[in-house]
Amino acid sequence: MLANKPAQRSLATGLRSNWRPGAALDILAARAKMLAAVRDFFAARGVLEVETPLVSSAAATDPNIESLRVLDPAGAHRYLNTSPEFAMKRLLAAGSGDIYQVSRAFRAGECGALHNPEFTLLEWYREGFDLQGLMWEVAELIASLVQDSGLVAEAAYHTYRELFLETLGCDPLATSVSDLGERLKKAGIAPPAGECGLDELLDLALTTVVLPALASDRLIFIYDYPISQAALARSHPGDARIARRFEAVYGGIELANGFEELADPDEQGRRFQNDLELRARRGLAAVEQDERLLGALASGLPSCAGVALGLDRVLMLACGLQHIDEVLSFSWERA
Amino acid sequence: MLTKGSGRGIMRALQQHLRNLPYMASYSTNEFRSGLKILLDGDPCAIIENEFVKPGKGQAFNRVKIRNLKTGRVVDKTFRSGESVEAADVHDTQLQFLYSDGEFWHFMDPETFSQCQADKNAVGDTAQWLKGEEQCQVTLWNDVPLIVVAPKFVELKITETDPGVRGDTAQGGVKPATLETGAVVKVPLFVEEDEVIKVDTRSGEYVSRARE
Repeated sequence: MLANKPAQRSLATGLRSNWRPGAALDILAARAKMLAAVRDFFAARGVLEVETPLVSSAAATDPNIESLRVLDPAGAHRYLNTSPEFAMKRLLAAGSGDIYQVSRAFRAGECGALHNPEFTLLEWYREGFDLQGLMWEVAELIASLVQDSGLVAEAAYHTYRELFLETLGCDPLATSVSDLGERLKKAGIAPPAGECGLDELLDLALTTVVLPALASDRLIFIYDYPISQAALARSHPGDARIARRFEAVYGGIELANGFEELADPDEQGRRFQNDLELRARRGLAAVEQDERLLGALASGLPSCAGVALGLDRVLMLACGLQHIDEVLSFSWERA
Repeated sequence: MLTKGSGRGIMRALQQHLRNLPYMASYSTNEFRSGLKILLDGDPCAIIENEFVKPGKGQAFNRVKIRNLKTGRVVDKTFRSGESVEAADVHDTQLQFLYSDGEFWHFMDPETFSQCQADKNAVGDTAQWLKGEEQCQVTLWNDVPLIVVAPKFVELKITETDPGVRGDTAQGGVKPATLETGAVVKVPLFVEEDEVIKVDTRSGEYVSRARE
């Protein structure tokens, strides 16, 4: 017992000397200004601000996204939301019309220069918009949020396939695990040990080869992802191999992810099921799928496109900062 | 054959088995920090840089720059985030050099008086600065010396060098000098045989005459 005391004391001393915020006070002022600008942007377009629960009885099933659990003293658990997507779609199905939300989201284990397990998402849905219409709106919003920092505003648009052909010389819709693995090795990227899935290698290629090769002085949209990476996007009406999904990237850093929203409850149910099976195979925690979302889709989701934007990263961009800790009052390590 | 109830027996057997295994520490990728020592393909390695990368909706990876402590080589490795890697029992300690028998260099812990021996790979170029009684920083892996670093400065006697040129003072030329350990360093012309000089072991350069 006694032996532990100096260690405990030094831990406490370390914490006490580390009470200050990670973000400079003028960055916190820039954050407040950015939030005001976001609200002005949507007010001018007649998009309604909403709030949905942070704590839910169902979780994201995505095997690459891990929910934090909240334990009830009585022994039950709920989930901190990883994005407000399901609840916002239920509002859309209930007839809300265009909506947006500035919300905290939580993702277990995501910690690094660009990730904090608790972060701020701006998520919005536009009825009657297609992918292109929403990408234009995202470009317009980001340009208005970073306008003081003198960044080039003109956005560029590329398909996922086009970028893989340019950087790795392979067609992501036709490549194989062995082909892509070889190309990655040639590019100096060692795939992880053990058996890799194709999606795993596509993700590795995207983050280590494709994104770093993009022009770093402008906003770039990558769209039409392989259907295996559809997440919650609907498939392309003219090509079943492709999902109507986009990501917005600046300087190799992902800022936003958007979809033409999947509205088919049967397809959504199948994706939940696939996710849950994959989670079981990978030995990940089982989670409760959102039955209420399936109910909302069955009752009818208006045709819409939606997007989630990482506001902390946009603030990093606007302020020219390299680490997410520098734009948060208290990041994970300080919280 | 699995019958109802046999599951508990299997769990008990498994727990018993796990208790009997030697304790092996491991690190999850989210504990990765620069300086962390891990075991990779059986070799002890140190993490130099760790970067977390993840597409918003995709697989997370840790891209890691790693130095193999046996070979000194630096390699890039990719781990799936959440994977665990075995920890390497590597730590630095100060040991006193005793003597070399030609094959091994023998060291002693000045506090416990316990001794250990380092082989040629561990000592490497450091050998040329050691004559005995130096305090060296020794990196131990499973209590066996892996890397031996000489003290930053050593004082050694010159056993052989050309005679100094009279009249030539502090300015200008240098000449080779062989030290009592066999190391050869460049010294100013005015330094003579049998003098003791101070050498910076990191650069292998002459610093000054040793103070009497």
